[in-house]
Amino acid sequence: MSFPLIPRGVVIAFFVILLGLLVAVPFFPTVVYPVFVMRIMCMALFACAFNILLGHTGILSFGHAAFFGSAAYITGYGLLHLGWAPEFSILLGVAFATVLGAIFGALATRRSGIYLAMITLALAQLVYFVFLRLPFTHAEDGMQGVPRGTLFGFINLRSDLNLYFMVLIIVALALALIHRIINSPFGEVLRAIRDHEPRAQSLGYPVARYKIMAFTLSAGLSGLAGSLKVIIYQVASLRDVHWSMSGDVILMTLVGGMNSVFGPVIGAAIVSALYYYFSGFGGWVTVMVGSVFIICVLVFRRGVAGQIRHLLETGRARSAAASHSEIKDKQNASH
Amino acid sequence: MDLFGIPIQAFLGQIMLGLVNGSFYAVLSLGLAIIFGIVKIVNFAHGAFFMTGAFVAFLIGRHFGIGYWPALIVAPLIVAAIGVLVERLLLRRIYGLDPIYGLLLTFGMVLVIEGGFRIAFGSSGYPYPVPDELRGVTNLGFMFLPNYRIFVIVAALVVCAATWFVIERTTIGAKLRAATEKAELTQAFGVNVPLLLTLTYGAGVGLAAFAGVLAAPIQHVNPSMGSELVIIVFAIVVIGGLGSISGAVFTGLMLGVIEGLTKVFYAEGSTVIVFVVMALVLLLRPAGLFGREES
Repeated sequence: MSFPLIPRGVVIAFFVILLGLLVAVPFFPTVVYPVFVMRIMCMALFACAFNILLGHTGILSFGHAAFFGSAAYITGYGLLHLGWAPEFSILLGVAFATVLGAIFGALATRRSGIYLAMITLALAQLVYFVFLRLPFTHAEDGMQGVPRGTLFGFINLRSDLNLYFMVLIIVALALALIHRIINSPFGEVLRAIRDHEPRAQSLGYPVARYKIMAFTLSAGLSGLAGSLKVIIYQVASLRDVHWSMSGDVILMTLVGGMNSVFGPVIGAAIVSALYYYFSGFGGWVTVMVGSVFIICVLVFRRGVAGQIRHLLETGRARSAAASHSEIKDKQNASH
Repeated sequence: MDLFGIPIQAFLGQIMLGLVNGSFYAVLSLGLAIIFGIVKIVNFAHGAFFMTGAFVAFLIGRHFGIGYWPALIVAPLIVAAIGVLVERLLLRRIYGLDPIYGLLLTFGMVLVIEGGFRIAFGSSGYPYPVPDELRGVTNLGFMFLPNYRIFVIVAALVVCAATWFVIERTTIGAKLRAATEKAELTQAFGVNVPLLLTLTYGAGVGLAAFAGVLAAPIQHVNPSMGSELVIIVFAIVVIGGLGSISGAVFTGLMLGVIEGLTKVFYAEGSTVIVFVVMALVLLLRPAGLFGREES
């Protein structure tokens, strides 16, 4: 798309208002529960990191819970058992997830498509069993009572306000980084691989190395989300490394729209809200999540962001149809 | 007699128990391979249908007094009918799309099916009795193996052989293989390919349900008995490749035995050994043991 669908001013205004609302959240805890908003921010980061692979490299990983969950456990280990400061514990968790991502990437990208998805699922199950066995995870009980600590030696994270703004700043910076990655020349190569792998290869790009790099970046940023999660909830549990968590992040991305940078944020908000507001329905939540999955695959593959873009595009194409019939041809070709 | 300081009886015993697990892996990966080969969908819901088969056997026993032997036929047929409906109502709509959508759709089905059973029956599970004819144990010389487990191995092998026979040696099998290679051309010859796809999916999940009924007397019948199993079977499929039926069966049995042997040396490792083998195969022989590179 050579010219933006929405004027740049509107986009900037939207982000400024969103940021303003997010800054206001902790001062009105009766309107929205700040912990819930922190959860959405975590999940938004997780989903956007995941989408570096699915939406922008064309790789379906079914094992992202391994990165999210292991970083949660390792950061928790740093805070609880090593007594490290939160900033170093987060780094430790992210480093672990990054290394794990490089290993997953190196193994899984030896195959492609659905095999790759099955490989990541199996490797993540391996990681799940390892964390189930490790003594410090306390298996089914989970790692509980993780202290939040003091950031940089003077910001006490036991204060919910401090914690909230730390999460907001880290997630905002990480999302900006993801935006940067996706819109960089590196991101262009990833999309070239997604659209036509043999062509990217014949252009001389080391496709395998690019895929592994995308995997590593995606894993590290997913790990960051997991590290934040353990600090917010002070608990790391098996649910964080379980395959159902990998399913959740796929669903968020699918609902939000995988062919965009920030679409998964919308999906993260919707899916988190589904879990949050229907938690009283017990087992029915799983059935609902599954149904949303099925409906999305059958009739809503564009996702919310993709649908909005589609509506804008068809609206514009219709208004320009008389004079520029070729725009429409181009669109038909791209769908 | 000892081997690496471990009595040989322990080896042979674990090999036999590994063969029992391997029988389940074989029947399940066989079903996955058939569905993938012809319907081109990786059926994530395979484990959920396995579990459904066990539950159907349990339920028709409880409510209608239908025993194990009829259930071994009836439950797979009921589940196959459900599979036919699923193919007609859902899967049919996504043919021709990227195969990852098939994986995602069937994953959604896992959540719905498992969640539904958990709401209706709780998560703790129900015992299912071993049929009277198969009670007791047989002395194999090196171990006492329950008769039921011997039956599981035999039944699994018979079903695998029968499936192979249908696909490789009958007219309907020939049509299936033709549809796998060139669907449009096969249709042009007057074969009803869409019907073939429907029946294949039904038969594939019916096989999963058959394995579920086999498993019912060994495991507690519970809603999550399928989901971890399907992940193991995925790893087996990566190791063996989805390309060949005999490859799927052989890999399934072999991994069951390897898992059993792991129990002798390092019991904690037996839950992950299949995944470790998968990683090694990817390093050494990325296309899989029986792989032509597919996908």
